[in-house]
Amino acid sequence: MLAIEKLSVHYGGIHALQGIGFEVPDGKIVSLIGANGAGKSTTLKSIVGLVKPSSGTASWNGEALTGLPTKDIVERGVVLVPEGRRVFANLTVDENLTLGAYARKDKDGIAADRKRVFELFPRLDERKRQKAGTLSGGEQQMLAVGRALMSRPKLLMMDEPSLGLAPIVVKMIFGIVREINRTGVTVLLIEQNAKAALEIADRGYVLETGRITLQGSGAELLADDRVRKAYLGEAQ
Amino acid sequence: MDRSLLFQQLANALSLGSLYALIAIGYTMVYGILRLINFAHGDVFMLGAYIAFYAVSAAAMPWWAAFAVAIGLTGLFGIGLERVAYRPLRDSPKISIMISAIGASFLIENLGVVVFGGRPKSFASIPLFDTVVHFGSVSVLSVSLFIPVFTGLILAVLLWIVGRTKTGMAMRAVSTDVDAARLMAIDVNRVISFTFGVGSLLAALGGIMWTMKYPQLNPLMGVMPGLKCFIAAVIGGIGNIAGAVLGGLLLGFIEIMVVAFLPQLTGYRDALAFVLLIVVLMAKPSGLLGKRQAVKV
Ligand SMILES: Nc1ncnc2c1ncn2[C@@H]1O[C@H](COP(=O)(O)OP(=O)(O)O)[C@@H](O)[C@H]1O
Ligand SMILES: [Mg+2]
Repeated sequence: MLAIEKLSVHYGGIHALQGIGFEVPDGKIVSLIGANGAGKSTTLKSIVGLVKPSSGTASWNGEALTGLPTKDIVERGVVLVPEGRRVFANLTVDENLTLGAYARKDKDGIAADRKRVFELFPRLDERKRQKAGTLSGGEQQMLAVGRALMSRPKLLMMDEPSLGLAPIVVKMIFGIVREINRTGVTVLLIEQNAKAALEIADRGYVLETGRITLQGSGAELLADDRVRKAYLGEAQ
Repeated sequence: MDRSLLFQQLANALSLGSLYALIAIGYTMVYGILRLINFAHGDVFMLGAYIAFYAVSAAAMPWWAAFAVAIGLTGLFGIGLERVAYRPLRDSPKISIMISAIGASFLIENLGVVVFGGRPKSFASIPLFDTVVHFGSVSVLSVSLFIPVFTGLILAVLLWIVGRTKTGMAMRAVSTDVDAARLMAIDVNRVISFTFGVGSLLAALGGIMWTMKYPQLNPLMGVMPGLKCFIAAVIGGIGNIAGAVLGGLLLGFIEIMVVAFLPQLTGYRDALAFVLLIVVLMAKPSGLLGKRQAVKV
């Protein structure tokens, strides 16, 4: 279980996270939704150690992650698919996948995972010798997810996987997220696309300018008037 | 034109150019990873030569052991330099780290004057490198034959490391996106240390070969070669290893040929690098083998 407690992050004078707390229970999908600039990416970055929180903790199965180097956090199975995919454009698809498994030594396991990624995303198999920079946005997102799977995540965190993608690709990615979750991987999903994110979520949280303002099951939040108005674009 | 003279100059050019290439590689590797111009690289070159000198003259080591020790210690020195002078500033504005590099360069040079003394020292001759070899009417110093061979081998090994090994993949990942590399559980600091280590040991090899060719050491001996090899790296396309070798070779050829065939320009020898730099950058701003991209220095 991932537990976030009183997490605060400052960027110079900007108080980007103001003591947020939430939990991601094992095996569940939790979605954190919020508008642009609410602090969603900051939340994920501080969990993986790319941003140093000014106070508060993130802990994974009771062990504090805060203060550990990113490498150690990833090796514990806490893996982030970053906003904007961030695939290595000048490396091939295959090399990107290899880097996902960088810290692993189990050759057989790596080969099996690579096979599985290619089964999930046959498109990547066809393009494995191609530079990642030549892929379409959707394919790059597939690669980013595939690359994360290569590090054998126990907790998979995704920062706006639907950003800039065609609806059909978004649907496919969310389908895959569900499938990954069914194999026992816990998922923390961050989205501006609130509808899609809440539909697959066991539990959801709403983040507004650095604070969590609403929480509930995915279905509850989808039915909530405030959510409908602010995030689902429905006039009342 | 006399053919044997031409071949003689070609041989000289190849050995000087290969030497430049060896040093240029260090600039380009560090730049490729950190977008940092390691202004102290030429001084690391000087240090390598001095360590070898003292290992032979003071510690009375056989030359091969002395060279190995010098190359190893200089590699470690490069790693230490990054730790002390660059790593603490990694998240600071680019200009701070650049100033730190310039400061490190002055510091090493002046410490060199204090520790080694300002008066030039001469390296004892090592027969293996100091034999004149004749090919018909062309005669070259044996060290001039070794240098291109070393450079060629090193280029091949480096291209293999960068292109085919996991470490090389990590280097390429760090060079494109440091945070994304961290998310792959890559130890970014280790990759950077490795890069500095390799660049510095190549500088040491270059410094040692330089003194085999021109057997005089002084604490400022790294300044001009350092500057020229930085230019060579830019000409080849900074960040690109093969480009650094190409730039080094090109610079070596032009220097030797101009001096040989336009002797009235001999006085401008050290300025040629800058002329070449301007010409190449006007034609291709990213350097001969460089990728076209906005470079942030
Ligand atoms: N590196 C940074 N430096 C300064 N401010 C930042 C930085 N990153 C994010 N911020 C600010 O922190 C707030 C939260 O940003 P972010 O976590 O990226 O939001 P979201 O992902 O929800 O769009 C925003 O006001 C943003 O401008
Ligand atoms: Mg964001």
